[in-house]
Amino acid sequence: MKVLTLNFLTCAVKACKTTSASFPLVPKECELVSDTIAPNPTLLTNLLPRVDWPALGSIAVALGFPSLSPLPPTPADLENDTKMMADLHTLLLETQISEGSLVCANCGHEYKVKEGIANFLLPNHLV
Amino acid sequence: MMEYMIRFTQVHETFRVPEIKALAVLRGIDMEILSYSPSSPFCVVKLPSAEAAAQLVKRSILVKAAYELWGSGSSYEDLHDNVRGHSEHLWPLYKKNTFRFSVDSFQGTRSTTEQKKLIEGFRFLGFEGPIRMKGAEQEFCLLEEWQFNCAKLGVYEPQSVHLGRFICGSDRDSINKYDLKKRKYICTTSMDAELALITANITLADTGKLFYDPFVGSGSFPVACAHFGALAFGSDIDGRSIRGKGKSKPNLLSNFVQYGITDQFGDSFVADLTNTPLRKARLFDGIVCDPPYGVREGLKVLGSRDPTKGKEPIIRDGIAHHQMDSYVPPKKPYSFLAMLDDILEFASVSLVDNGRLSFWMPTSNDEDQEIKVPEHPCLEIVSICTQDFNRWSRKLITYRRIPDSKVVHTVREERVKENGVSADDLNPFRKGYFKGFKAAFR
Ligand SMILES: C[S@@+](CC[C@H](N)C(=O)[O-])C[C@H]1O[C@@H](n2cnc3c(N)ncnc32)[C@H](O)[C@@H]1O
Ligand SMILES: [Zn+2]
Repeated sequence: MKVLTLNFLTCAVKACKTTSASFPLVPKECELVSDTIAPNPTLLTNLLPRVDWPALGSIAVALGFPSLSPLPPTPADLENDTKMMADLHTLLLETQISEGSLVCANCGHEYKVKEGIANFLLPNHLV
Repeated sequence: MMEYMIRFTQVHETFRVPEIKALAVLRGIDMEILSYSPSSPFCVVKLPSAEAAAQLVKRSILVKAAYELWGSGSSYEDLHDNVRGHSEHLWPLYKKNTFRFSVDSFQGTRSTTEQKKLIEGFRFLGFEGPIRMKGAEQEFCLLEEWQFNCAKLGVYEPQSVHLGRFICGSDRDSINKYDLKKRKYICTTSMDAELALITANITLADTGKLFYDPFVGSGSFPVACAHFGALAFGSDIDGRSIRGKGKSKPNLLSNFVQYGITDQFGDSFVADLTNTPLRKARLFDGIVCDPPYGVREGLKVLGSRDPTKGKEPIIRDGIAHHQMDSYVPPKKPYSFLAMLDDILEFASVSLVDNGRLSFWMPTSNDEDQEIKVPEHPCLEIVSICTQDFNRWSRKLITYRRIPDSKVVHTVREERVKENGVSADDLNPFRKGYFKGFKAAFR
């Protein structure tokens, strides 16, 4: 699962979704792999406004990446900074969680990731 | 503005105008349809330039080609006059080019001798360049429309004829590339390549956009959206469809590998749309899906059939049951109509402004069994296309997310909660479908 996707996901439990503690899900004992994907500046520019930047910062640190700037880059910043573009491309699109779990800090439920695929099906008592 | 001839294929007729209109929106092209008929493959449009015509049809699935229209008539005599009056200023531009002529007779046939004679009739255009059957710089086409069944009716002349200069072909060849018969991973409900590609066009899939299918199955829609450059995501309540089955475990991702479009693979995960883990935010440019409409298609949601059951986690030998690898969460039947409402609500929350939702919906051809097209105050219906079968049909319904500032809030009718237990109780269409089906094949 990509770091981008992790940034889009929260706890599937309805009561958790409205709490701030449920996002981002906290990676636990995660193995990372990296794919090589062709750079796509249009995509990166389009998706940045949809990324929750503070959450991305905390996920980056939790996964062992250097910390991000406090504010997200503007499209102009991105265009002029090829290094930042490349770093974000690597973090958001190339980096994958292959094994591990994602924990909701509100209810404590753990979502397993196996072979890169996260499972968000809830046990009966959480539906 | 100049007139162009769009040469459609004569299949999936009700999808043709929505597809071409979507492509005009996608490329920001000002297009006016001057003549169109469901029974004809010839459609005349007004466009700003030949370049715009090429941009418009290049990735269409239901178009064969676009031509610059040099003239039209109800007979060849008519056409000759029309071409003289209409396009004489264009002739010198191609005087020295290599060229060729072809004849495209819809619902009619012409022998090679006849074709030759018809083409000879256009000598007055004054082209001097050598003829090349392959790789000619300019290709001209005589487009003929014959009455249906003309041979039997003893009709020996077409109803109308046109002369066009070829501008650009379409993306129809991709149907073959993505043919399900040659695909590594499919399931019983995989959407055929042609319809999946058309759906991706109507939903405006494109480079730099994010697309999502919440009922992804074998991934026909993400594959089609990725073909057009979108980053495609998908999820499904059925873990096996995402992870893959069997030893070699072909899955969603295998299809992206097969077609060399892994850069366009967003992600896949296991989830129930009615308990989605996606956060409430404008994440996607497009949502495309074929929701399950019955048990066979796996219409289920999380939860136990017995509402009194399982409110506490089950612990055995100190281990929580639900944390074991072998644990399968219980699922229960759900109403198709309620699911449609859930899809619309999810789309209104998750689409960017002007982003599109397209989904497929079956409906019986009996009026009293017909399912109403669902509505949502934040979603405007863009198009409804119908694929007809004998006793039933399915519709592709497409919506546009209206920007919040333009939404007119009306009081929404709350759906009466269905209390049925079996999928048949919950889904009115299903009963009709199977009754009709049986009757049709008796
Ligand atoms: C008609 S199939 C879609 C097929 C897909 N378009 C393809 O090309 O393979 C419907 C899918 O919806 C899934 N499904 C059923 N209920 C669901 C739910 N509540 N949430 C998510 N997916 C669900 C089924 O497992 C099935 O794979
Ligand atoms: Zn939670």
